[in-house]
Amino acid sequence: MKKILALLTLTLLFTTNLFAQQEVKMADKMREDGKIWVVVAVIAVVFAGIIGYLVLLDRKISKIEKGL
Amino acid sequence: MRKSWWKILCVVILFYTIIQGLIGAIPRQPILNETLRNVYFHVPLWFGMMTLMVASAWFAIKYLRGGKIEHDEYSAEFANTAMLYGVLGFATGAVWGNYTWGDPLPKDPKLIAVEVGLLIYAAYFILRSSFEDEQKRGRLSAVYNIFAFAAFMPLVWILPRLTDSLHPGNGGNPAFGKYDMDNRVRMVFYPAIIGWTILGVWITSLRIRLRIIKRLKTEQF
Repeated sequence: MKKILALLTLTLLFTTNLFAQQEVKMADKMREDGKIWVVVAVIAVVFAGIIGYLVLLDRKISKIEKGL
Repeated sequence: MRKSWWKILCVVILFYTIIQGLIGAIPRQPILNETLRNVYFHVPLWFGMMTLMVASAWFAIKYLRGGKIEHDEYSAEFANTAMLYGVLGFATGAVWGNYTWGDPLPKDPKLIAVEVGLLIYAAYFILRSSFEDEQKRGRLSAVYNIFAFAAFMPLVWILPRLTDSLHPGNGGNPAFGKYDMDNRVRMVFYPAIIGWTILGVWITSLRIRLRIIKRLKTEQF
């Protein structure tokens, strides 16, 4: 019974977050400016580089395997 | 390169994770703010590590039963990549915690459990390097691997839930799924786990192939 009460209070308390939705700071400005795409581009480039390196390694190893 | 459908799938999934992970909408939560997006990068590293550790223990058991040296090599390389993911997971967790918990290395049971676990697996590699004979090394490290796995899982899954913890899902905290995740987040989160795990398998496969080449070359002489 106590657990149910506690859980109910907790969930009710979370409703205050709904009012706080205006106040929770997110990166909205970055989205408005479109700058978020810069972040995406940077990370995508880093990732593409790492994948490219992995593919290079894979090819090198395949070459050696064929030679054996 | 050895063409495999899963390598292409891995790249596609991870690009999707990065792009949709940064652009997509997420719940607005105080304290977390935008850092919730780390759930697409930090958490899958741990899931990937677990999967790789399972694979490592699996091949350790296979080696003990059959004695085929390939299984020992697979076991070692899976543990290697699991270690890499573990260290990366730890580092990314420290960065995330620094800005949300206010401390990169708090006294958190899950953190301590992970530190202990990574040390246990580090000792596995030291153990391996202390043997010259293939079969002896294989047998002893396989046994150690199984013990390491059996020790790590309760440490990281069960122990933090028994005491106070900062981590979501442990120590009386609601799990991440309860309040911070919704279906939009899950649409990226689940593929992310798959993508990062497949990446770990790809890296491991390359290391294994290198090992096999090295072994065949030395056997030629």
